[in-house]
Amino acid sequence: MGRTIIVDGKPTTRVRVWLSGIGLVGTGFLWLFCFLVGPLMALSVLAFASRGDYGEVVWTFTIDNFWRMMGYDLFGWSSNNLLIILRSVVLAGTTTVLCLLLGFPLAFWIASRQPRWRGILIALVMIPACVNLVIRTYAWQLILGNQAPPAQFAQWCGLIPLDTALYPSSGAVYLGMISAMLPFAVLPLYTSVERVDWSVVEAVRDLYGGSWRTFRHGILSQTTPGLIAATILTLIPSLGMFVVSDLLGGAKYMLVGNLIQQQFGAAADWPFGAMLGVGLIIASLVSLLVLLRWGQREGAM
Amino acid sequence: MNSGHPLDLAVVGVAKSFGPVQVLHDITVTIPDGQFVTLLGPSGCGKTTLLRIIAGFEVPDQGSVMLGTQNLLPLPAHKRPVNTVFQSYALFPHLKVKDNVAFGPRSRGMAESLIAKKVAEILDVVRIGTLGERYPHELSGGQRQRVALARALINEPEVLLLDEPMSALDARLRHDVQVELKRIQKQYNITFVLVTHDQDEAIAVSDRILIMNHGRIEQDGTPEEVYERPVTRFVAEFMGSANIIEAQRLSAERVATVHGELQVASSPKWEKGTLAIRPEDIEIRQHTGPNHVPGTITDRLFRGDHWELIVTLSGGTIRVSSEPDQVHRVGEAVFLELPPDDLLVLRD
Repeated sequence: MGRTIIVDGKPTTRVRVWLSGIGLVGTGFLWLFCFLVGPLMALSVLAFASRGDYGEVVWTFTIDNFWRMMGYDLFGWSSNNLLIILRSVVLAGTTTVLCLLLGFPLAFWIASRQPRWRGILIALVMIPACVNLVIRTYAWQLILGNQAPPAQFAQWCGLIPLDTALYPSSGAVYLGMISAMLPFAVLPLYTSVERVDWSVVEAVRDLYGGSWRTFRHGILSQTTPGLIAATILTLIPSLGMFVVSDLLGGAKYMLVGNLIQQQFGAAADWPFGAMLGVGLIIASLVSLLVLLRWGQREGAM
Repeated sequence: MNSGHPLDLAVVGVAKSFGPVQVLHDITVTIPDGQFVTLLGPSGCGKTTLLRIIAGFEVPDQGSVMLGTQNLLPLPAHKRPVNTVFQSYALFPHLKVKDNVAFGPRSRGMAESLIAKKVAEILDVVRIGTLGERYPHELSGGQRQRVALARALINEPEVLLLDEPMSALDARLRHDVQVELKRIQKQYNITFVLVTHDQDEAIAVSDRILIMNHGRIEQDGTPEEVYERPVTRFVAEFMGSANIIEAQRLSAERVATVHGELQVASSPKWEKGTLAIRPEDIEIRQHTGPNHVPGTITDRLFRGDHWELIVTLSGGTIRVSSEPDQVHRVGEAVFLELPPDDLLVLRD
């Protein structure tokens, strides 16, 4: 027990080694338990409870919330919830693809500047992300408002009726989503673009590769990790987004995020909100696994 | 492609600047078909830039690059009958060895059945026939180097460019690869242009060495010529460890140096200039004679195949190598014979 042993050239005892090991590993476990496992378990348990008459949580086990999520309620099946889920997935997917398409050339452009400019340009990309999303989205309301030049121009062209704004509309939601997510796509893309070994690109040219092969084997193969990271960082927050659709999409533009927010707010139906939350987490995890599998197949991660 | 007539590679009047820095000055050189040529020089001498111009990765400011009667400059890199072995190998990390090697033929749309056959053949030539299914990150440095070589060779280029292909290998492996390169070059009879800063490597593999410095070719000759008969001080110092002696011309074959008056074999064209003599060309004598200089051995280092002796003369120190069985003591007084034939009169 108290016998002195030597670890890393220093005398100590077995007990001390064990204690320091538990201390090091234990804090990590404690952190994970308090902030990840605990809340997840609470949410999962809540998802199978039910709502009382006054909005309180009633602890009786039921899977009704699952069927409600799937569209069944007292009056039979309706497509509303599934449409909301579909709309959320389409919006998140489209936002991600557009962010990648915009972010990739931007990342290359920044990476090809002089080193002293790169930091400044990356900072310019990231600064908007430091402003609260609600404030940024309200700013879009001002920009798209009926007195602002874009709406005036659209009115002049006859695209929208006089004295109307460019929001609420799904176009405004997409605009708001892309501006919210683009920084998180550009940063990982830039990191991987900056590390591209250009001699591999030259090797494609040297081996008679045309434009497509140069892109596929020279550039895409080396930037796949960045693309995967960018996809994860835009897709998963997009799936749960509700601020942008709330402020720029109007009452009819409902996403899973809005639905969840409603359950924990106005509807006071926490168990159903929890069920939707668990569904969203599972959907996110599945897309994460798919992305990571893709990364492994590319041999890039 | 091979129609029988030689496909000489001709670089004519090539110049290149990067911003204010001129890295190549009016380079003109013709490399006959099938020759193994080395561009040798210190880093920054322009050798890699010249290679990249031939490969098509850089465009020269002036001059032309011809292969036989074909002007290469209008062709982009992916249309030139030239392939490159890159310094860092630049293997495709996401492709297996066999797919790395098959890359060039696939780009050109060769039939898959033929590709498979050629890949197997070429992997055997570079002696990694069993590694086709591996990924580059599963290979050792030497194996990667062979993949890079196979990937270029499979295209049967008219000219193979090698950019410091052995700089990442350890000394022992480098020696093996040198032997291998020479064998493959003879087997395929392709023009090889190798870039290196390692003079031993250049001497070991080349038919001809172009020594470059500050964007110019300082000397062009066989390994024997550039080693035995360097024409400039730069070449003499770069090719091994020549002793440089400052000299002043006295008459056609006599010069004055800090070590006294010496006889030289060829008449210097300068009034004040430099001579060079290699450590192994200096004889250690016990008695004086013509072109003998007295001195004292002040240090000795055992180099395995010879002793390196530092001899202090009245005018400075000179390095001498002696046979391993010839043991000299530190402090010993000797005479150094500098034979006129080995005292090289340098151009500058």
